This record gives sequence, structure tokens and C-alpha cells, in this order.
Amino acid sequence: MEKEKALEKVNKIFIDVLDNEEIVLSDATTANDVEDWDSLTHIQLVVAIEREFNLRFTSMEIQSWTNVGEMIDCIISKNK
Amino acid sequence: MKTFSQLKKNLKQDFSGLKTIKVALLGDSATQFLVQALRATGYEAGYDLQIWEADFNQIERQVFDPTSELFEFNPELVILFHSSHKLLAKYNKSKPAHYQLLAENRLEEINSIISAINSQLNAKIIYYNYSEINDSVFGNYANKLEVSFQFQLRKLNYELMKLSTQVANLYVCDLSTLQNQFGKMVNFQTSVYINTEMVLSIDVLPFVAKETIDVIAAMNGHSKKCVILDLDNTVWGGIIGDDGIENIQIGSLGIGKAFTEFQYWIKKLKNRGIIIAVCSKNTESVAKEPFEKHPDMVLRLDDIAVFIANWENKADNIRHIQSILNIGFDSMVFLDDNPFERNIVRENIPGITVPELPVDPADYLEYLYTLNLFETISYSNEDTERTKLYQVEAQRTILQQKFTNEDEFLESLNMLSLVEPFNKFNIPRVAQLSQRSNQFNLRTIRYTESDIELLSNSDNFYTFAFTLEDKFGDNGLICVVIMKKETEKKVFIDTWFMSCRVLKRGMEHFVLNTIANFAVEKGFEMIQGEYLPTAKNEMVKDHYQNLGFENRDNTWILDLKSYKIKKVFINLK
Repeated sequence: MEKEKALEKVNKIFIDVLDNEEIVLSDATTANDVEDWDSLTHIQLVVAIEREFNLRFTSMEIQSWTNVGEMIDCIISKNK
Repeated sequence: MKTFSQLKKNLKQDFSGLKTIKVALLGDSATQFLVQALRATGYEAGYDLQIWEADFNQIERQVFDPTSELFEFNPELVILFHSSHKLLAKYNKSKPAHYQLLAENRLEEINSIISAINSQLNAKIIYYNYSEINDSVFGNYANKLEVSFQFQLRKLNYELMKLSTQVANLYVCDLSTLQNQFGKMVNFQTSVYINTEMVLSIDVLPFVAKETIDVIAAMNGHSKKCVILDLDNTVWGGIIGDDGIENIQIGSLGIGKAFTEFQYWIKKLKNRGIIIAVCSKNTESVAKEPFEKHPDMVLRLDDIAVFIANWENKADNIRHIQSILNIGFDSMVFLDDNPFERNIVRENIPGITVPELPVDPADYLEYLYTLNLFETISYSNEDTERTKLYQVEAQRTILQQKFTNEDEFLESLNMLSLVEPFNKFNIPRVAQLSQRSNQFNLRTIRYTESDIELLSNSDNFYTFAFTLEDKFGDNGLICVVIMKKETEKKVFIDTWFMSCRVLKRGMEHFVLNTIANFAVEKGFEMIQGEYLPTAKNEMVKDHYQNLGFENRDNTWILDLKSYKIKKVFINLK
């Protein structure tokens, strides 16, 4: 349940930052699946997520995720 | 201030119809987001910035290769962004014996970059100065040590200011001040830097972009010229009509210090050439009393160009102030503590800037500092005289009402004009007027000091600077004409602009007589004029027609053979 909520919030952030209403994220979504999600917008998404969840990722974490699920796991582990 | 994500939505807007400006951005760190922030912020200010971005870390390659993409793009503005982080990296790699040469070496590099740009382009240059990094190698002792990074960085920022006083087309954009305002924790975000090579945080981007666009707007003639002040609880604490002159808070009374410091700020703006006007709901004599009698008042009546105190609606009063000063509403700032008055003015006067002053007067100044309302790209001694000029204008208006015949009035003014080609004394003022004149400006071509120096040395251009004085005072340099030789028979009016404060004095006729005589002496047979419309120069739409030029194929021609000298009341000085 907690994970679903986080995914929902992250999805909203993606829609806002990438300015694309049609984005639907799942755990398995990768950068290849989402238009405009490149290394530059990635950092914008990261900063927006940090603000929303009031946390800070380490630089290594930011580079480590291979899909949305891993990103969500990281958010949840920090919010405990 | 919009966030970067909000700003980015502007990029999808329709930019057509906005003024286009070709900008090249060259940086030694990644600048993709800065490009987006600049273009999006430019949109809000009414500009379509067409930005060419150099590839990462290509400054030298682009400027030292005469056939580079930079020169092919031919921008009118070049933005250079050397980051403090790359400077630190350079320092880190250099031999300890060379630490103390860091600033000097970088300055030489900047100098040669600027020369290379100036040898190929006729562009203005914006250079971001260096935001501070304390590498904590020497602690506070760094201040005492020329080899420390802090010493070198601050020296560089100081030397940059000095350099920009010498290079006319170089403008420093003060990144260091921005970091001072927000702190390094906001300005710089390690994860962004490590992952993208960008040195500006996402949060600070809109502010850097705004600061840059402020400079660009000033370059394009958009700057604030006038501050209109409310009085009660804006200029002093309390209500003069209720509390009386002994009880208003200023100086040492109550929170008077906040108002005293606010007044000093206004006074500095006045000394810089910003026109100060008062618009207050008060009885005039009561409102003026503190200015005349209160020992702690910093502002005095002779600081105020137009003083309006009555019980009418403030929007109407501001329209009245505008009609006296003859400047656009978009060059005015209205400061009032009362949100109700602010809203009325904001809703009724399009274009005027009305800052949301904080509730606590102690916060006024700190808040106003952050808005950077008074960006400019020029400053001359005449700026300091401006208030007097407008006060004198008010006297002339009173005299004019006494004469029924306009010729008699003009004659009574005893007007004299000095006509000179551009020279080293008048060039700064000519350049400034070229940047500022919007309304009485036939072609609105903006010339910088360096452009003007080139023109004045050319054989194909004839330059004229006109002053005007009368029995009330000296208006200084108020009109400029640049003529270009087109053929042996025809000379073209490349530029004609005039200060609006000398309208209706026959100055246009005097100018035309002068240039017509000159053209005849040079053997020309006709003068050609052109009107290029802008949002602001409708006033001179029929200028050439009114002066007797004939419309031939959408251009205006004056046949010198049939030209009759116009009657004027201005004598040559």
C-alpha cells in the first residue's frame, strides 16, 4: 500500500516535470519507456522527488536505479 | 518567482511577434538548463531569445577559430559562463608556485576571448562573475594569503569590475551577489553537479535567468525611470494628517530607522537619475510639511520632481504624473504600503510595476533589494540633474498658460542650441539616449558607445548632437541625428531621436533646418527619411509628412532645391 502511494506521487511528479499527462508509471518502467526522460530531465525529476518526499538521495543512488521500482524502493527505505 | 519546471512550460508558448534577439551562450560547464531557463524567462519579458549553445567546454575553440559556428551564427549578444568549479579545478591542478597567478592568468584569458569576439562580431558581452567557494585549506588565514583560492577568486571578481569599466561592450552579471542572497546551499547542489556537470542548482536557475534577462532588457531600452511614492507608512511611519509632524516615525522615533534607511535608498536612486514623484491621499500643505520642516527627513521637496497630494483616485493621479513626465507606464514603479491602493493602481494602469511591499516596514528595503528593479547599462552625469529638469518643465508649463500666442511664448523662452558632431565628451550621453529613447525615435536603432565611436570616425556618416537651453535652465543633450551618405545626391537619415521633454518647442524644425543646410553645403540634392514602427513610437508616425517630406515608394524624400527654411525660435549657440 505504501509503495502504491509513493508510485502515485512519483507519477504525478513525472507528469508535471515532463509536462505530459499521458505518463503511467509502473515498477518496471525504464527511461526508454518514457518520452523526454533523459539524463538531464532525470536530475530535474530527482530534485522534484526529493522536495515532495523531503529527503535527499546520494549521488550514487541517483545513478544506480534501473527502473521506477528501484527508485520507489529507495524512497521508501529513506522514509522509514 | 516561478520554479524551473513551471518556467519550462513557457517553451511551448507561441513566441511569434516577440522581439527576437540572437544570443550565443558559451560555458565551461553544462549549460542546457540555463539555456531553457533563459529562453523561458525571456518569453515572460517579451523576448524571443534565439540561443545558440556552444558544446560543452568549447569557449576557446569557438572564439579563436574565425570560421567557427559562433561567428557563423553572428549573435548580437554573447554570454560567457566560466564557473567557479572549473576555476577551482584549474587551481587544484596547478603547481603551488603558480597559485598566486590564477586570477591574473584567467584575466588574460578573458581579455583575449573578448578581443577575439570583438574582432569578428559587433555584439555585447555578458560575463557571469564568480560565486565564492571556500575550499577551507587555510581557514580564515586565506584572507591574508595571496596564494589561497579565496584570495584569487575575489581578486578576479574585483578585476572583472575594473575590466568592464574599460571595455564598453562588456557587462558583468553578478552571480556572486545571487549566491550571497540565497547561500551556497541553495545555489549549488552536489548531486546535480556530480551527475550532470551543471554548477547551478535547479532552484537557482530562474533567478540567474531573471538577472540575465534584466540586463538584456536594459540593453534593449527597457528600464525603470521613475518611482512614485505613497507617504503615510511608506515614507514615514504613521499618518501625518492624524498624528501630526511631531509624531510621525522617522529618525529615532519608534521604528523610524526603517523609514530613514528607506528614504536614503530613494535619495540614492534620485542621485542616480531616477525621477521621484509623490502620490498621496492627503491635503497638499499637510503632506508637504515634513519635507519642509521635519529635521530627520532625508527627502526634501527639491528631491521630488512631481508632488501630488489630494483626495482623488490614485490611478488618475498617476495618469496625471505620467502626462507631466511624458514617460511610459512600464518605466514606473509605484510603492505603497496599502494593498487596496496597490490593487487599484495595478488594475487600472497597465504596465506599471507595483511591488507587494511586506507588511513590516522593516522588511521594505531587503525585499526591494531582491527585485533588482533598476537595472541599467549606462550612467552619465546628466542623470543626476534629471529631477531639476523635470521641475523646470513644470515651471514652463505654468508660464505657457499665460501666453495666448504660441510664438510669443516660444520667443520668450530665449532658446539656444549647441550643435556638434559626436565627440568624446558627448558620446556617453548620445549612447545613453540611444538606449533610452523609445517614443520620439524614428528607426529605434540602438547604438552603444563603441558603435558610436566607429560611426563618428567614418567618412560616410555625418553625426549631429543637439543641446537645448532656455531661460529656465539647460536641458543638455536632447536630440541626435545620424545621416548616412547613400549616393552623391542622396543622404539618408539613419537615426533621429529626441528627448520627449523638449516637445512642442520647434526643435524638430530647428533640427531639419540644420541638417538641410548641412546637406546643401555638402552638395546633396535630397534627404531620405524612414519611419520604422515599434510598440512605442507611434508619436512620430507622421513626422516626415509633417515636416514636408514627400512619400515616394514607401519612403520619405525631401527635395533640397525647393526646401524653405522653417521659422524657429531657437538660436545657434
